[in-house]
Amino acid sequence: MAQRGIREYDAKRILAERLPGYIDDFDYNGEIALITPDTDLEVVAVDNPWVKKKRLVVKPDQLFGKRGSHGLILLDASWDEAKKYIQENMGREVLVGSVVGTLDTFLIEPFIPHGPEEELYVAIKSEREKDVIYFSLRGGVDIEANWDSVTEIPVDVLARPEELDLGSKLPAGLADRLAATAAFIQGIHRLYRDLGFAYLEINPFVFAGGRVVPLDLVARLDDAEAFWQRKTWQDLEFPEPFGRGLTEEEAWIKEIDSRTGASLKLTILNPGGRVWTMVAGGGASVIYADTICDLGFAGELANYGEYSGDPSTQDTYEYTKTILELMTRKKDPEGRTKFLLIGGGIANFTDVAKTFKGVVMGLEDYRERLQEIGVEIYVRRAGPNYEEGLRIMRKLGERLGVPIHVYGPETHMTRIVSMALGGE
Amino acid sequence: MKDYQLFDRNTRAFVYGFQTNAIQRMLDFDYLCRREVPSVAAIINPNRAGVHKVFWGTEEILLPMYRTIPEAVAAHPSVDVMVNFASFRSAFDTSMEALASPGIKTVAIIAEGVPERMARVMAATAEKMKKTIIGPATVGGLAAGAFRIGNTAGTIENIIESKLHRPGCVGFVSKSGGMLNEAFNIIARNSSGAVEGIAIGGDRYPGSDLLDHILRFEANPDVAIIASLGEVGGTDEYRIVEALQDGRIRKPLVIWVTGTCSKVLPGSVQFGHAGAKAQTDLETADAKNRALKEAGAIVPDSFDGYGDEIRRVYESLLAEGRFREVEEPEIPKIPMDYAKAVSEGIVRKSTNLICTISDDRGEEVLYGGKPLSRVLDDSMGIGGVIGLLWFKKEIPPWAAEFIELVLQIVADHGPAVSAAHNAIVASCAGKDLITSLASGLLTIGPRFGGAIDDAAHEFKRARDSGLSPEEFVKEMKMGGINIPGIGHRIKSVKNPDKRVELLISYARENFERTDLLDYALSVQEITTAKKGNLILNVDGCIGVLFIDLMSSCEVFDERDIDDVIKYGYLNGLFALGRSIGIIGHILDQKRLDSRLYRHPQDDIAFMLPELQ
Repeated sequence: MAQRGIREYDAKRILAERLPGYIDDFDYNGEIALITPDTDLEVVAVDNPWVKKKRLVVKPDQLFGKRGSHGLILLDASWDEAKKYIQENMGREVLVGSVVGTLDTFLIEPFIPHGPEEELYVAIKSEREKDVIYFSLRGGVDIEANWDSVTEIPVDVLARPEELDLGSKLPAGLADRLAATAAFIQGIHRLYRDLGFAYLEINPFVFAGGRVVPLDLVARLDDAEAFWQRKTWQDLEFPEPFGRGLTEEEAWIKEIDSRTGASLKLTILNPGGRVWTMVAGGGASVIYADTICDLGFAGELANYGEYSGDPSTQDTYEYTKTILELMTRKKDPEGRTKFLLIGGGIANFTDVAKTFKGVVMGLEDYRERLQEIGVEIYVRRAGPNYEEGLRIMRKLGERLGVPIHVYGPETHMTRIVSMALGGE
Repeated sequence: MKDYQLFDRNTRAFVYGFQTNAIQRMLDFDYLCRREVPSVAAIINPNRAGVHKVFWGTEEILLPMYRTIPEAVAAHPSVDVMVNFASFRSAFDTSMEALASPGIKTVAIIAEGVPERMARVMAATAEKMKKTIIGPATVGGLAAGAFRIGNTAGTIENIIESKLHRPGCVGFVSKSGGMLNEAFNIIARNSSGAVEGIAIGGDRYPGSDLLDHILRFEANPDVAIIASLGEVGGTDEYRIVEALQDGRIRKPLVIWVTGTCSKVLPGSVQFGHAGAKAQTDLETADAKNRALKEAGAIVPDSFDGYGDEIRRVYESLLAEGRFREVEEPEIPKIPMDYAKAVSEGIVRKSTNLICTISDDRGEEVLYGGKPLSRVLDDSMGIGGVIGLLWFKKEIPPWAAEFIELVLQIVADHGPAVSAAHNAIVASCAGKDLITSLASGLLTIGPRFGGAIDDAAHEFKRARDSGLSPEEFVKEMKMGGINIPGIGHRIKSVKNPDKRVELLISYARENFERTDLLDYALSVQEITTAKKGNLILNVDGCIGVLFIDLMSSCEVFDERDIDDVIKYGYLNGLFALGRSIGIIGHILDQKRLDSRLYRHPQDDIAFMLPELQ
């Protein structure tokens, strides 16, 4: 549960559907279409007749910003030009910031001709005690450089948003657009509060034919609201961040995670790394990864992940096998030892022996490969039935053929990190 | 209680939600601390009011249970804490209701997945009312030797190990509930132990933050050392920096902000906690650790040195004579739960009942050792299931089919027979289906439906004792006994019973042996010679064929056959099949909305003795 980015398409769709419920004369019609690799462009043209009648904008819709400066926005295009652009760019690999990813989702909407001076900026952000509305007459790509032009309007979290007097707080210079702008901002703020938004930025929006049109939009939702927002969000999906496709193993763990009540997470950082972790509990998993980095082994940290929430023996077995499969795929090119840290704090009610049984099964399956690759294992764990859990680990050490060092609550939680890596 | 305290040895709480384990754990902790009264004053359970029985040491006591918060508050006005186990869906409404109750000062919210806006509204409301929220998304916290929120600190063994049954000298607060046990362990191993430990929860907007609790610890004279664990993401730790700088924190503060590894992880990886994600450089763990250290906090180089720093501070304060070492109190023994003792194999008890036919303890119910899904996969049918549950055997398909044939044949025999008639009368009297069914079934016995059993018994006895059919008929006649299974009201040699023909042809086709049938047919030959309707009737036929079935089937031995007769299996078969018909008759009457049945007086011959 956390704040998650959504597609511009979905955010605009929600605005088009829901904002008229807050503002009487809002008639942004949400002419917008989403193109994915599976989309038939001819069907799009039938479902959205406006694409053939209007000049168009085409841009990637994949949770990354600064699309203009990366040369990824097509402006003032005909339908044929838009199709050509999509055909040329769909599936193309691009570098955005430091991330390489594949373009696979585009948004098409009507092109609204306007001058740069007409671009307005509005954003809403959540803070602990208040929402903060940011507004500027100087919207557009250079808003950060023009940040001193931004008016900040705090709204207390307990205030009634419909009583907010925005008109008096907005800067002079809106002239005849003042009332409509105030109504628009008040409307999106109420929608922001009611519909589970955690961040919303419209930069810019313009007036076209006397009505507000959002041109470029970024939004994050609080995914914990899903239960309450079934109707308003409808079949909204939270896309993976740009450039982060899941590996086969990550996808497999994600699938197990979704099937069970327990929590299983895996991110592969560096498959060639020599330090592998299998840590119980979210808090502890961060601290183990921290300690590995703090001791200077960030470059060797192979994975990040956790298993928690009283996973079954079968779950920990699958989790262990997945990690061991990755870990024993290749020998270190310089022939150095690899380390597996099976760590964790003191469990509340998770049966340590039960989860370790699955870990032991996994290790046994990979016995020969562990020996071949050269692996040393460190274990630290406590909690219900931990003595039995540690005992079966020690017992395993007698027959596994690779060194296993086993510790309980008497040893500081992360001490196994320095024990393993200290000699390096 | 002082302002800086949320809990003491007399604190009493409501537990919202029927969390029987958590409630027992709170009471076990109380008992361990030798509290005089249980910390749970009452349970609020929207589904049920009444009482709930819990252990207080070895004794059992009752806790009152109310449906609503106002009812509980009215009955227990001195309670000032609510431990809220409501789900994420109702955590907001129930917590707001608790905050609105004047007496409740502290609400601990356990649920994970409470939306951020709800959390913010709760936090602002509590702030306005000068009340404290712990959570959401937390295990809670614990005041050593005084009060435990729900499941905090895990098992009793762990609590004793971490010396939480009596106060030490360290006040601890973290975001992570999962790390609370570990922190208690570290503190106990490197100092005299914790005074209090709170997990504020891993969400972005916890109801109270690290600084709120740190300032309480600063004000609490029992706390000599403050320890804390921060987390990457958010800017709460900078409020601690400010408090260090402006002198609001003077006690030694050992703190570490976790998530230093985030710099090497791809930006998109979300740590376990919803709040744990740096959105600016300021929110990184490295920046926060640096700022805290510069402001005067004791910050180790990595988490690995966290315990060492606590020890160093503790030993220097001890050397300065700031406090005395804790005198260890005697620890009362908490009896182990029976279930746990059993799972550990240290107690045993003889059972009162034995079951050898089915088992529903596992993931799937077993019929005679066979999982139900396999029973269905193998298409075992009703006959196969009867084989498993009555005989504990997998019987061959032809035998299962014969049983189903019998069930169909005995399913009904019209409304006038005893069982159906009784059931109809009961139903007409307005009795429910089960009662009416029972009243019908209760007629089954020696005179009604019992002939199957008797026929099997008599024919088998006669054959096994070597009587020829003639001798058998003669013996029965001498005894003045009608041969069970022989004779029909209407049917005769010339007008044979179709049902009997069907059963016999099935048996001839499928059974390896039909010895007893052949014997019975020889008997029939003799009896029908006397009178045409003295044929082997359907009851007799079923009875003898069932014995033949068992003799034809390898899975049965002689003892099984004796059991069938001795324990009335065949009556059971009749009762089972006939229940289908009886239920049909009852439903029929219900649908017809039949009125009370009263037997016509002119159908009864009144023949009373005359008074002398």
